[in-house]
Amino acid sequence: MAFVTLDGVRHVYGRGGVGLPAVEGLSLSVKEGEFAAVVGPSGCGKSTLMKLATGLQFPAAGTVTVGGEKVSRPVKIAGMAFQAPTLLPWRTTRENLLLPLEIVEPHRSRIRRDKAAYIAKAERLLASVGLAGAGSKFPWELSGGMQQRASLCRALIHEPRLLMLDEPFGALDAFTREELWCVIRDLHAASGITVILVTHDLREAAFLADRIFVMSARPGRIIAERVVDFPRPRDLEVTYTAPFQDVVHELRAHIVRARQAA
Amino acid sequence: MSATLFVRLAPWIFTIALLVLWEAAVRVLAIPVFFLPPPTVVAGAFVEFWPAIWKNSLWTLYTTVVGFLLAIGFGLALGLAVGWSRFVYAGIYPILIGFNAVPKVAVVPILVLWFGIGTVPAVITAFLISFFPIVVNVATGLATIEPELEDVLKALGASKLDIMRKVGIPRALPYFFGSLKVAITLAFVGSVISESVASNVGIGNMMLQAQAQFQVPLVFAGLVVLAVEGIAMYAIMAWIERRMTGWAHRSGLAQG
Ligand SMILES: Nc1ncnc2c1ncn2[C@@H]1O[C@H](COP(=O)(O)OP(=O)(O)OP(=O)(O)O)[C@@H](O)[C@H]1O
Ligand SMILES: [Mg+2]
Repeated sequence: MAFVTLDGVRHVYGRGGVGLPAVEGLSLSVKEGEFAAVVGPSGCGKSTLMKLATGLQFPAAGTVTVGGEKVSRPVKIAGMAFQAPTLLPWRTTRENLLLPLEIVEPHRSRIRRDKAAYIAKAERLLASVGLAGAGSKFPWELSGGMQQRASLCRALIHEPRLLMLDEPFGALDAFTREELWCVIRDLHAASGITVILVTHDLREAAFLADRIFVMSARPGRIIAERVVDFPRPRDLEVTYTAPFQDVVHELRAHIVRARQAA
Repeated sequence: MSATLFVRLAPWIFTIALLVLWEAAVRVLAIPVFFLPPPTVVAGAFVEFWPAIWKNSLWTLYTTVVGFLLAIGFGLALGLAVGWSRFVYAGIYPILIGFNAVPKVAVVPILVLWFGIGTVPAVITAFLISFFPIVVNVATGLATIEPELEDVLKALGASKLDIMRKVGIPRALPYFFGSLKVAITLAFVGSVISESVASNVGIGNMMLQAQAQFQVPLVFAGLVVLAVEGIAMYAIMAWIERRMTGWAHRSGLAQG
């Protein structure tokens, strides 16, 4: 069952729809519960794709469908995390996690009454990403990796059906990044949530995703789709095997070609 | 003596050194009192004219604070409106800048024409001169929300009001409290200008009269009073700022 579908989408930034489109003829389909990754040259429209799929931007042509509905406003069932953790510095980590619940129904009208239950939920989520006990700390007291984990928790607290990650680990060192790969892998395995991950890191895409989309240079469209069928749960060791390296090489070749074509 | 204690005492050390230097220079160079009175003579003026100084300084403080409070109310409201809507921003900003460029001393005659001389023009001048930094700072705080955070919230279905309440306003607070330090200092400038031109009370008026009667030590006493009131109000604003938005200093959010 397709959960997120883009069909022949064109998007142009700016007024009146003049100028070079950011994406053109962009079509892809992600199944429910699937982990999809999107890779492509810089500036090709990956972040634009995220905004289209969450209803933050609307296409000039083509259609975007999420959960069986044509997207005509922000989708409300998505959680998002970006390269910058964007936690609110005046709130503790725990209160940062509660922020989405203060906005999304039905939690919004319940959070005052059931505060204790929601706090317990936030603490459980923090513990599941290795942040047990950090709830009462302020974001600036956390390391970059810890902030990014908290940001992930904030994206997940309202139990969205769709998780959108835009280069969430771009600013982290290699070891922390691999640690967080495993965190995401386990969250995905435990919840069956649909994930779309934008990344520059081909190993990251190959390790985490069931399906990888390669985009062309701007205006972006899909030039290759690669199913990755290493059995789950995957161990970090798999990234050192020959079949894994083949996938990475194959993706790399696509991107090199896309850049040359531009 | 520890180094930190030394730093804590530094303001006093420097102030006393300045006074001593001033006194010594006046005496050594034999500068006439009607040109530059030494601190001891200024202190004498304080003793001699204390009732007048006390009354007028309280009056100036009062007009300044009233004008400043008006500026806070109006500045906050306008800052929120400007930060909220691009339409309001585009429309009002040029007007605000033009308005701010007009020297307020040029406005006082008009105020006198409307309200007569006295307290009202002083309050209004203090208000007019001090609301601008508040507006600009509040609007800046609102306008510099990270676009990614806005996306996160919008994707949850947050309304503009939600985003303002949860992010915009808390974020604008350090800018707002930071601007109060600037605004209170400007408010003193405004009220004293107006008192000098069009009033028969207040420190500005007292200094003008003292000058006309050649009581130069009293003129300097007026300056000292203004400096002390300015420092005191600044310190109060700085204290409030620290109390309300300590997180901004610790997290390194840009200050307005
Ligand atoms: N708000 C905007 N206004 C105008 N043009 C934009 C805007 N956002 C993006 N663009 C343009 O659209 C194109 C696609 O941008 P997008 O951010 O989607 O790229 P990206 O693939 O995410 O890049 P990167 O890998 O560097 O993050 C870029 O060429 C960019 O200049
Ligand atoms: Mg991007």
